[in-house]
Amino acid sequence: MSKSELQPDLTSLPDIVLDDGEPVFDAPWEAQAFAMTVRLFENGLFTWNEWASSLSAEIHGGIEREYYRHWLCALEKLVAEKQIMSLSDIDSRERAWHDAAARTPHGEPIEL
Amino acid sequence: MTHNHGDGPSHDHDHDHDHDHTGGMSHLGEMDARVRALESLLVEKGYVQSESIDQLIEIYETQIGPKNGAHVVAKSWTDPEFADWLHRDANAAIHSLGYTSRQGEHMQAVFNSDDTHHLVVCTLCSCYPWSVLGLPPTWYKSPPFRSKAVIDPRGVLSDFGLNLPETTSVEVHDSTAETRYLVIPQRPEKTENWSVEQLAALVTRNAMIGTATVDGPL
Repeated sequence: MSKSELQPDLTSLPDIVLDDGEPVFDAPWEAQAFAMTVRLFENGLFTWNEWASSLSAEIHGGIEREYYRHWLCALEKLVAEKQIMSLSDIDSRERAWHDAAARTPHGEPIEL
Repeated sequence: MTHNHGDGPSHDHDHDHDHDHTGGMSHLGEMDARVRALESLLVEKGYVQSESIDQLIEIYETQIGPKNGAHVVAKSWTDPEFADWLHRDANAAIHSLGYTSRQGEHMQAVFNSDDTHHLVVCTLCSCYPWSVLGLPPTWYKSPPFRSKAVIDPRGVLSDFGLNLPETTSVEVHDSTAETRYLVIPQRPEKTENWSVEQLAALVTRNAMIGTATVDGPL
């Protein structure tokens, strides 16, 4: 499987930083958010245009954030719009992960 | 084999940590937990598979490139004073190049020589110093890699196509929350007049975790 088959049109996304056509990440979670979006698109959950406008709306929504924070917010909203889950579902799952971390001794995999 | 469990010099806790050590329990960063929340829900509902996300990350991780770490290595090859500083106080030396770690870990540089080759394994993926090395390879987190690296480091290296002379001993370091390692590979031959930038371009992430050496020009 070549990269071009996997890769949707990144240049259509607003403000994205690309290095030689590749996305640039500052932390592992950013790559995770990116990869999740691409897979959901490939699985037909939304079109690339839908994603680009969701991201654009988030970026131009008047809140200053790092790029991939916008990205994740946009993805959450799009997933909520598709009625897959609500934002409060994500909030409670987020707390569950923090709780799971707090009961996991350091060095062991964190599981829910 | 020497098994160094990362008991590096103690450090104070005044600087900015995004993990804590409360009772030796784990802690997830704000965004880590948020991404995990979304991903775990999507996986449970069957919209996406974790493996396919990891597979995609793996395609990008080598593109991102450990540029910060490569610069540190190249600088140490060309500047003996810097190399000495890196040896004594890796945090300060790395910081002097403008790279600050958001993870607040204590970095230790370990230098490969003809006698000793260093290999870093990680007992927890969040211990990986990504601010210096870029994203971790996904195999790096796999239990088979970690256990085999401790039991049979030469076997692991040869899986990576790296066959060291018998006279070179292999030292395995466990990365921990307290101490994380940067392997300084040996400078390749025939690079005498190279600039820091040219040298940095030769340094791969795998060389900085010890699963590869740095190849010089053919």
